[in-house]
Amino acid sequence: MALDRSDVQNIADLARLAISDENLDKYRTELSSILDLVEQMNAVNTDDVQPLAHPLDAVQRLRADVVTEENQREKYMDNAPAKEAGLFLVPKVVE
Amino acid sequence: MSQTAFHNLTLTEISKGLEAGDFTSVEITQHFLDRIQSLDTGDNGYNSFITISAEQALADAKAADERRAAGNATQWTGVPFAHKDIFCTDGVLTTCGSKMLGNFIPPYDATVVENFKAQGAVCLGKTNMDEFAMGSSNESSFFGAVKNPWNLETIPGGSSGGSAAAVAARLVPAATGTDTGGSIRQPAALCGLTGLKPTYGRCSRWGMIAYASSLDQAGPMARNAEDAAMMLNVMASFDTKDSTSVDQPVPDYTTTLNESLAGKVIGLPKEFFPESLDGEMAAKMREAIAEFEKLGCTVKEISLPSTQLAIPAYYVVAPAECSANLSRMDGVRFGHRCEDPKDVEDLYKRSRGEGFGDEVKRRIMIGTYALSTGFYDAYYVKAQKIRRLIKDDFVKAFEEVDMIMGPVTPSPAFKMGEKSGDPVEMYMEDIFTIAINLAGLPGMSVPAGQIKGLPVGLQMIGNYWSEALMLNMAHQFQQVTDHHLAAPQGI
Repeated sequence: MALDRSDVQNIADLARLAISDENLDKYRTELSSILDLVEQMNAVNTDDVQPLAHPLDAVQRLRADVVTEENQREKYMDNAPAKEAGLFLVPKVVE
Repeated sequence: MSQTAFHNLTLTEISKGLEAGDFTSVEITQHFLDRIQSLDTGDNGYNSFITISAEQALADAKAADERRAAGNATQWTGVPFAHKDIFCTDGVLTTCGSKMLGNFIPPYDATVVENFKAQGAVCLGKTNMDEFAMGSSNESSFFGAVKNPWNLETIPGGSSGGSAAAVAARLVPAATGTDTGGSIRQPAALCGLTGLKPTYGRCSRWGMIAYASSLDQAGPMARNAEDAAMMLNVMASFDTKDSTSVDQPVPDYTTTLNESLAGKVIGLPKEFFPESLDGEMAAKMREAIAEFEKLGCTVKEISLPSTQLAIPAYYVVAPAECSANLSRMDGVRFGHRCEDPKDVEDLYKRSRGEGFGDEVKRRIMIGTYALSTGFYDAYYVKAQKIRRLIKDDFVKAFEEVDMIMGPVTPSPAFKMGEKSGDPVEMYMEDIFTIAINLAGLPGMSVPAGQIKGLPVGLQMIGNYWSEALMLNMAHQFQQVTDHHLAAPQGI
């Protein structure tokens, strides 16, 4: 699968990754060769095979709806790059 | 006992020495810390640690000695070890080898970390690793490559390369690792260690920074099987905080190490011994397997025909899951944030663009593409179907054999920089390890000698929940061989 520059730009946008213009070609070549590797999967017919989501085919456990953790708002926010009055700060979203 | 011998003691010997009162935890902890300081840091150091927790370790050692004096010590109380920097440690920097988490101080402990703390074990620091555990050479770490103590110009393997190098250089007696596609077994093999990736669900993933959630599993990296058993005893637990943790009783893995191997059947998959396999590697494997035959095992040729599909399927499943897992690194709640974002879009894109390294970006983009509208069935669903085929191969094989064996890697450690120019060539390094993660099976690397002075590993692949048998077989092998005793020159 050969990607072109606009494909790579589109993928980077979807992934919210800033990629410099001069790196687009490098990623285009590398991603294309990884996709070539991946496409070796097509050598085998899997029409009647059930996809495997969990190696042990486990299902989600349920638990009682009770409080198990205490809120430690300040501790949890210690890593925030920008905060004010117990809130995370981001650039203005709504005018 | 003279202090110079401390670092040559195994984990088990240290535990026994503490119990016998031969030395204190403070003494032995100080010895290892001094050794790390002199051999690991600076331009000529191995660079196997990202964080050295000297103060905390000495305080923990003192507390451990007091606990022992009070009469309630366990096998682990006061025993030094290290954690891969992927495990969240309350109040201690946890970077996952990334600039993105270069300033991240977790507000909680991973369950595996908690398990060690409850026993009074002494963590000396956090070991270097490929960024977000994506790599097979430890060259993708933001904190610099790690040197293989066996030859400083070669890579130690990855992603648990820091743990492997630290144990091989006797900077710690053992360390934790994680394995998504070979990240415990491959560095263990290349550094001459005994490393075990348990059955998926054996060790809790809570607080272990996720790469590919359906494949990630924690496990021990140690100098021999006996020490790996002691590690797994504390690492393995059922944990309600990890929804994929499996509620299976944890046996005492140290009590079955001496069982007889008579009558055990070893399967040798022909796909693990292709014509193209390096002759010296094939010879090492044959020598190792002959030892198992002497111990009473029989050998049978088997086939795992879907093995060749493992790498293609892995490079869909793992990147897809990583693109989802790493989406939370957005510069808002923790981690790297770009300067002066002009809007939210710019904040996300530049924080992530600056915070992630090349290999992580490649995998995020492959995953994003594979999960995008119109491609989901062709890539992700197809890969999950292949995963079923790979698992079915193993299930069928285990109807007739007790253990599967083959090489861990195609060759010994390669030179730094040798494969970093071509991602696909690097991915081939994991050709023998990846299928095991896709199937969720346990896999182990056991030292099998050296090729041109560099260690190689024999891989044992067990059935689900057969960790006790794997450790038993490895231990018996190590009673009749001395590959695991070999140390890098000058150590």
